[in-house]
Order: sequence, then C-alpha cells, then structure tokens
Amino acid sequence: MPVISITNLTKKFNGFTAVDGISLEINEGEVFGLLGPNGAGKTTTISMLATILPPTSGTATLCGHDCATATDEVRKCIGIVFQDQSLDDELTGRENMDMHGRLYGMRDELRKNRMNELLKLVELEQFADKQIKTYSGGMKRRLEIARGLMHHPKILFLDEPTIGLDPQTRRKLWDYIKAVNRDERITIILTTHYMDEADELCDRIAIVDKGKIIALDTPEGHKKSLGGDVASVECSEPEKFAALLGKAKLAKKANVAEGGKVIATVENGGEAVPKIMALAEKNGIAVKSVLVKQPNLEDVFLHYTGREIRDEEAGEKDRMKGAMRMHGRR
Amino acid sequence: MTMELIQPGAIYTLWLREMIRFARSKSRIAGNFTMPFLWLVVMGTGLGASIQSAGGTSYLSFIGPGVIGMSILFSSIFSGVSVIWDRQFGFMKEILVTPVSRVSIVIGKIAGSATISLVNGMVVLLLTLLVGAVPLSTLTAGHMLVALAFMALIASAFVSIGLIIASLLNNTEGFQLIMNLLVMPLFFISGAVFPMDKVPDWMKTISLIDPLMYGVDGLRGILLGASRFPFLLDLAVLGAFCAAMVAIATYTFSKMKATT
Repeated sequence: MPVISITNLTKKFNGFTAVDGISLEINEGEVFGLLGPNGAGKTTTISMLATILPPTSGTATLCGHDCATATDEVRKCIGIVFQDQSLDDELTGRENMDMHGRLYGMRDELRKNRMNELLKLVELEQFADKQIKTYSGGMKRRLEIARGLMHHPKILFLDEPTIGLDPQTRRKLWDYIKAVNRDERITIILTTHYMDEADELCDRIAIVDKGKIIALDTPEGHKKSLGGDVASVECSEPEKFAALLGKAKLAKKANVAEGGKVIATVENGGEAVPKIMALAEKNGIAVKSVLVKQPNLEDVFLHYTGREIRDEEAGEKDRMKGAMRMHGRR
Repeated sequence: MTMELIQPGAIYTLWLREMIRFARSKSRIAGNFTMPFLWLVVMGTGLGASIQSAGGTSYLSFIGPGVIGMSILFSSIFSGVSVIWDRQFGFMKEILVTPVSRVSIVIGKIAGSATISLVNGMVVLLLTLLVGAVPLSTLTAGHMLVALAFMALIASAFVSIGLIIASLLNNTEGFQLIMNLLVMPLFFISGAVFPMDKVPDWMKTISLIDPLMYGVDGLRGILLGASRFPFLLDLAVLGAFCAAMVAIATYTFSKMKATT
C-alpha cells in the first residue's frame, strides 16, 4: 500500500527548475532515501510534500490527502525534522515537546505519556528539563526527532539528519532512526548526501540529480545494476585511457573522476586487472596503480552522472547562524 | 483550510512560550527598566528644576505618563520584531508546519508580546507612583483598570507594527534603521517629554499623526486628569489604529516566508 504517491511533481523558482517532474510511490513502513548532491532538489521535494512550498505543477498525496489543497490534513499525518535546527533554545527539551503537542491539540494526559515514551526512546530523559542551549548537536537532533513524533504521525521526514555531526554521533543517531522505524512502525523519508547513511538505513533509495530521479532501487539492487566490479586506475593520460577502455569493450563505462583517476565498471574485477595492464602497455600509457573493488553507492552515482557526490561544507548562512547562536543573541 | 481560524489552544500555547522566555531573560527585564528609571528620576528631577510647570502640573508629573508610553513603545516594537529571530533560528518553520492557522499564530504572538509590554508598563506605572509623579490620592481602582486596559491597547498596536516590520524585513540588518527612522521620531513627536501647547504649529500638526501621542495623551487624561484631547477621542483614534495594525499584521504575516 503506497502511503505517498507522487506524480510529475515540479517546482520552478524564477525559471530555474529545482524539481523536474518527479514520480514515485512510497510504501507504508518503508525507510525511503533521497540521495544526491547539495542542490539536487531533495529539500525542495520534501518541502513540497510537507506543505511548506506549493508545487508549480504535478501532485502528491500523503495518507490519501493532497499536499497542495488539504494542507491541514497532511500536516496532521506528518512529522518533520528540518535540516537546520528548529528548537527554541531558551526552552527546555520537555517544554519544546510539550509546546508541539499543544499546537497539535493533544490533551494533557496524552501529551505527558507520549513525551515520556519518546524521551525514553531517544534516551534524553536525564536532560529533558535542561534548556536546549546546553544540548550538544546530537542531542538536539534526537530531541527534534522525538518532537516530530509527538503527535503520532504516519510519516516522518528527516532532512539531512546527520549533517554536521561527528562520526560516532552519526552512528548512534542511525540506531535511533532504526529504532523509531521499528518501534513506531512509521514510514521514514530521509534525504542525505552521505552514501554510507543511505546504504545503512534505507530500504529503497532514489538517486536524485538536477531535480530528477536518475535511478530507483534497493541498495543491493543499485550496486548490482552496475553489472560488475569497479576498477580505479591511476595512470598517465586518463582521458585517453578512459576512452580506450570503452572502445576495447573492457569497461561498460569509464569516467575520469576528480583527482585524475579513471573509474571503470568492469565485469570481473580479478580478470580485468591483467587486461587493463596489457591495454595500457600496448598504447604506451604508464599505469601507477590499479584498484578493484565491489561497487558502492558512490560508484553508482558516478556511473549514472559521471560526477562524484562531494561532501560540501555547510553554507554561508548556516555558519553565520552557528556563530550567532554562540554569541547567545536572540 | 478546513480548520477554524481562531484556535484558542494554539493561541494560549504561543502566549505561554512568550511568558516562559520573558521570565528567563533576566537581562531583558533589567534593561527594560533602566531607561524609564533614568527619565523619571534624572530628567524628571533635573529638567523639572528649570521647568516650573507644564500645562499646570509639575514636570515630573507631566512626563510620568510619557515615560509609561515610551516604555510600552520600545518593548512592544522590540517584541514584535523578535519574530525575525524566530525565522532566523528556524523555530518559525516548526510553528508553520503545524495545523495552526496563520491568524491564530499572529494573535498568539500579539497576545504574548503585548502582555510582556503591559507588565513593563505596569512596573513603570508603579515607579511613577513611588516617585510621586502620579498622585495616588486622586486615583480610584476604576482609574487604574481603565489605565491598564488603555496600556494594553497601546501595546497591541505597537506589537503589530513590530510584526509588520519583521514580516517585511528579510534580515536583521534593517533593525537599527527602523529604530532610528520610526521608533525615535514616534517617541519625540508624541509629546511624551515636553508639552505640546507652546510648540510651533508644524510640530503640533505632525504630532496629530503620531499614534503614541494619543496613547500618552489618553494616559495623562486618566492618571492626571489633564490632557490635550478628551479621553474618548484618544481612545477612539488609538482603538481604530490598533484594529488596522492587527489586520495588516495578519495579512503581511500570512504572506511571509518561513525562513530568511
């Protein structure tokens, strides 16, 4: 049963197409990932589904309600954790959650029980009565997830849930996200530009680039879709060698990645190495190293777009906000 | 869109948030009373020594209601503009994705901010009573209630102006400009700190379009029994102005983007 159906969803900003005719269905209880580089249109897609932005054209229904016309019904059945922090720093964790419950019209008793249940789930009971400004980045995220779940939504959106967190905190947060999906039996839509995150958490992943879905499959399916292994060759004249690999039918696809390495999709990694060496020798190309490995999602993205997803730094605006928070101005 | 526009539970929640935040910001509370205190005690006493009488009352008495009005003006505009921080820090997004109508959000914000301004005004009123600027002997409980209701009206009007400014501004840089271009002229031309009967005609005329002038004048009418216009006229003008500002604030706020 699809809990979200999206048909030709499009968003244009002053002639720039941020989301370009996306269509897909998301099933109940699924963890669905939108994977792509910054600026691919992931946040814009989520914003339309969460009724923050009206679509330019196309439709999306969530729990049977249209996101453009039945905004209040949609809002009641979704929870959302934004990419940027959206807590009130001056209030305590419990107060932030309580306020959320009140805004959704939850009764006192229900609010109290739900709060305790969720604080336990994200293991923040001890800190619940401390002000948010004393929380670490990971704690804030956990509280935001708990807050988003307060009103028993059917769908939870997580927009870049682990951006800006250190590796250990990220790993821990993944455990909480898995627990939420399992214990609350909730559908989760998450956007990320981290390959490992999508691989670890998602049942299905849509790879998004320039506002379009370029591939949609399970993590395993994506990797198998390359039909072989990935060879990374460090050599002289990479452009020429990439073309040669393709022409010799040694590689299904060969691109020059950033840093000048040739990345080629080959049928059988072990057998390909001597053939690659022979081809290079025949054409007078000096090979420095060859590395063969099983493909990961990064290779899948590269395969489809010819580019790598780069882990870009936080934008100017985010950094400014961080600095202002430190000064405690409000 | 099927929800009702006025949602009392949501309005109360947003009001409650303002109260909690206000109670926790000790520097804001202290800062709010420094200026009125200096005006009353230093200016009231200092200038009062040279100015024998202003409109038949002592200078200290004269500026008492003026300083109450000033304190409400400053804290109201500041509170209203604080919505810009909610946008900057993301909390506004959290409110805007809840099924709460924009009208309820605006009313909740106005109610919360106006309550804070009213509390400020009440403390200054207490201060004017303590320094003897406003004579306690002639005031009845009825006077006090009318004064408080009138102060709430002033606060709501200026909180709405602050909200309008915040929903039109895209960043916090314009904030200082607004203070200098709008708030200070409103304060000076209102006759809060000097009487309007001896000033040139042009200034008298300009003061007629200053909503704070009606606020301060009305307060003088209630608290001192001496004013430029009849109290009911002050009440009518300020009431109409306040209603217009609340309506405009609701409109600009509903058109506002969730983030900066």
